[in-house]
Amino acid sequence: MTDLEGFRRETRDWLEKNCPPEMRRPMVVESDTFWGGRNATYQSDAQRVWFERMRDKKWIVPHWPAEYGGGGLDPERAKVVREEMAAINARPPLRSFGIMMLGPALLKFGTEEQKREHIPKILSGEIRWCQGYSEPNSGSDLASLQTRADLDGDHYVVNGQKIWTSYANKADWIFCLTRTDFSAKKHEGITFLLFDMTTPGVTTKPILLISGYSPFCETFFDNVRVPKKNALGTVNKGWDVAKYVLQFERDSISGIGDRGAKRAMSEIALNSVGANEKGHLADPLLRSQLANFEVDEVAFQFASERASDQVKTGQAHPAFSSAMKYYGSELNKRRHELFMSMGGSDALEWESERSQNGQTARTWLRTKANSIEGGTSEVMLGIVAKRILNLPGA
Amino acid sequence: MALVLNEEQTLLRDSARSLISDKAPVSHFRALRDSKDKDGFSRDLWKTFSEMGFTGLLVPEEFGGSGLGCVEAGIVAEEIGHTLLPSPFLASSVLAASALQRAGSKAQKAEYLPKIADGSAIGSLAVDEGGKHRPHAITLKAVRSGNGFKLNGAKAFVVDGHVADILIVAARTAGADDDPKGITLFLVDPRAKGVQIERTIMVDAHNAARIAFKDTEVTADNVLGELDQGSAVLDGVLNIGRAVVASEMLGAGDEAFSRTVQYLKERKQFGKLIGEFQALQHRISHLYVELEITRAAVLKALQMLDEDFDNAAPIVSVAKARAGTTGTLAVQEGLQMHGGIGMTDQFDIGLFMKRMRVCQELFGDSNFHANRVAELRAY
Repeated sequence: MTDLEGFRRETRDWLEKNCPPEMRRPMVVESDTFWGGRNATYQSDAQRVWFERMRDKKWIVPHWPAEYGGGGLDPERAKVVREEMAAINARPPLRSFGIMMLGPALLKFGTEEQKREHIPKILSGEIRWCQGYSEPNSGSDLASLQTRADLDGDHYVVNGQKIWTSYANKADWIFCLTRTDFSAKKHEGITFLLFDMTTPGVTTKPILLISGYSPFCETFFDNVRVPKKNALGTVNKGWDVAKYVLQFERDSISGIGDRGAKRAMSEIALNSVGANEKGHLADPLLRSQLANFEVDEVAFQFASERASDQVKTGQAHPAFSSAMKYYGSELNKRRHELFMSMGGSDALEWESERSQNGQTARTWLRTKANSIEGGTSEVMLGIVAKRILNLPGA
Repeated sequence: MALVLNEEQTLLRDSARSLISDKAPVSHFRALRDSKDKDGFSRDLWKTFSEMGFTGLLVPEEFGGSGLGCVEAGIVAEEIGHTLLPSPFLASSVLAASALQRAGSKAQKAEYLPKIADGSAIGSLAVDEGGKHRPHAITLKAVRSGNGFKLNGAKAFVVDGHVADILIVAARTAGADDDPKGITLFLVDPRAKGVQIERTIMVDAHNAARIAFKDTEVTADNVLGELDQGSAVLDGVLNIGRAVVASEMLGAGDEAFSRTVQYLKERKQFGKLIGEFQALQHRISHLYVELEITRAAVLKALQMLDEDFDNAAPIVSVAKARAGTTGTLAVQEGLQMHGGIGMTDQFDIGLFMKRMRVCQELFGDSNFHANRVAELRAY
């Protein structure tokens, strides 16, 4: 038996013993996700126990360096943990933008002091981060952002407005793009700042979306004083950090449909639409749409697997996350159009207990943002044209 | 196993690529087509294929082959797709070799595999009877006669049928016309009495044949595998063929795509390179993404055939379905973006469209395979 097989067995045993049965069920409602933070609340005792055990095991992010509180596992062992969690449909014990986006940038661009200050608190769930990128006039053209940070002694004074800041009203700290040089070209005067959301001058206002939920906010900065040492990476070179974070954001959006455990779509469809005498879905055109979708879904999973193997072997194109983000987000929209189709009028209920407060419809509407957030599908195709295909004028 | 080629596989790809692009660019195929070559492929190049070890790639070493796997066969097929090279690689080195290897008796293997491995004999698999691939709809009858059988019926779309030295024929020995049970595979000498072979020149100018059997006699020794139990072997061999064809389609699609990207960087209209137009940028970028996703699916299917053969079917179907839709998109977009010149016979892009159409039908098109995914998932 190789070491890796031994590790797999230990991992399986440990998870079997420590993952509560409630944490192996499909995630349906928002509160099924534990986000951490100063004001964190647990949905259930099982959610708390699962988080605490994984935190103490150092498996919140198994492959981050042990010196900052990560699991310190090599990529192969980290993959084993992910696979074994998936095998029992274990929910992620903690999700946060600190894990998904900021952490990798801290590890790459952070000073030793910044790493020691922030990474352990991401892993312990103490601090919940939000991302201050988009502005009312800087959406797809993100680098045109106008939120300003003016130096005053050993502080920056931040003024301006962000929009589509996910969970800004629940976050403790923000990583925020600011303009520190107005005379430079648009990509070259940006600084990546980290600051506490309780700093005087920060206010947030939730935005009501078509789903009826408010996961995004407008975030306002009025003379917010941020210590100079809170710049991540080089001053005026924040665009490099921003792009690096976007790769991880795009990766996490591209895989958005296969998070947590799900019932097979075909089972849901058969339940709802029924079968004919051959056992085929009674609606033949829906059956064909579903089959074509599943072909693409399976192929996309292999493409994700291949993309991460290419990263490991150094064959990956740095802009490939844009290709995957494009396809994955379009695929997720198709998935939820199918759920609506399968459900018929049952899927249209908006407030009943039967429908878990309109979960199918609300999720369907939420997915429409997948091809907008983190860079629109059109922006992704433009990046592929320019950076991968080297087309002129792209 | 990582979903990338390993070092040996990368070397194999490089040597196949350099041989094929050097000795058999698209002009090689054009010359065979335009001269109406009687074989439809180059026997000289086939000899080189043998020297390189490609003809015996899937044949075990004890029978003179190199004992490699489906991933390696797919690598060669992908390079074949890049230049539309016509050769009996698929029919003989992949399908016939796999059928004999998987179902052959000791004597059958000893007799045929070494010849297939060194390229001196060409094998060909005869399954389809109607216009669409329905591998269990077999009406060609094999009826007991003396110590052997008599074959009556007809096959169509037999790849390399008219140059075959040995035919592997799926026949009905029991059961209803579309029953998976009651199918038997036979090794048939194409020169036997009652075998009539008509070469059918197809839209892509590659080799195919219609073959009729009238009271053709075969002995009991010519049964390949178990009597009435041929469908399991047939399904397995077809899965290998499907994944390898998907690989060829990926190569052809990738070639059409790359040529189109190049054209977008050269062709000027309205005073601009047409690759500067966003309408075209987005379409070609979309095609790139589709091809990359299909590439992952095809490699996964080939790896599954090597590592977990019995569970490969659904993934093979995903790969062949994707190769069909992506390959079709590649040649359609390629032709459209080339504009009028793409419609000319002189220009190559149309040749890729023709080959893709044929590969789409080979061993089940995208609809066939999406349907199979649904059936395997019980809906």
